[in-house]
Amino acid sequence: MILSTALAFAMGCFALALVLNLIRIATAPTLADRILALDTMTINVIALLMLYGARTGGVSTFEPAVLFAMTGFVATVAFCKYILRGSIIE
Amino acid sequence: MTALLIEIVLSVIVVGGGLFGLIGSWGMLRLPETMQRLHAPTKATTLGVGAAIIASDIQSWTFTTRFAWEDFLIALFLFVTAPLSALMLAKVHLARNLPAGSVPPPLSGVWATEAADRPQQGAPEDPLQRPD
Repeated sequence: MILSTALAFAMGCFALALVLNLIRIATAPTLADRILALDTMTINVIALLMLYGARTGGVSTFEPAVLFAMTGFVATVAFCKYILRGSIIE
Repeated sequence: MTALLIEIVLSVIVVGGGLFGLIGSWGMLRLPETMQRLHAPTKATTLGVGAAIIASDIQSWTFTTRFAWEDFLIALFLFVTAPLSALMLAKVHLARNLPAGSVPPPLSGVWATEAADRPQQGAPEDPLQRPD
C-alpha cells in the first residue's frame, strides 16, 4: 500500500520531468541544451521503466532499459561528435 | 514487521529518487547559463534514476521470487556514461558558443578543444578525394 503509493508518486515525478524536457527541447537557446534535453529524456524513460517493473511486479524491464541506456548514450556522443568534427567516424 | 520496515525504507528511496529526477529536469529549465544547466541533469537525474533502479532491485528481491541483479548493471552503465556525455556537451558548448580565449589558458600549449574541435572555416579536406 505505502510502496504502491510511493511508486505512483515517483512515476508522476518522472512523467512531469519528461514534459519539462519536451519544453526544454522546444525552447532551447543553444544546440548543447537541446542535446542535453534529449539525453535527459532517455534517462527519465529508464527510470519510468524500472518503476513500472517494480509496480507491476515480476515483469522484467531489463532489456528495454538496457536498449534505452545504450542508444541514448551513443546518440548523445554521436550528436556531439558530428557537431564538433563534421563526421562521426573519422 | 520486517516487510513493513522494508516497504517504508523503499518508499523513502523511491520518493527521494522521483523528487531528484524532477529537480534535475526543472533545473535544466530554470538555471540561467548553459554550463550551469549541464549540472542539473547529469547529477540530480542520475541520482534519481539510480535510486529508482536500486529500489526496483530491492523490491524484486524482497517481494517476488526473481532477484533482478542485472539491473545494477544499468545503474553502473548510467553512472559511467553520464560524466562522458556531460564532457562531450561541454566541449560542444565551448566550441560553438564561447569565443576563443574565454577560458583560462592551460599550463602549456592550447586546449585540445580549441586546437582541434572548433569547426573549421570551409570544407575540411577529404583524404579519399585527394589524387596522389
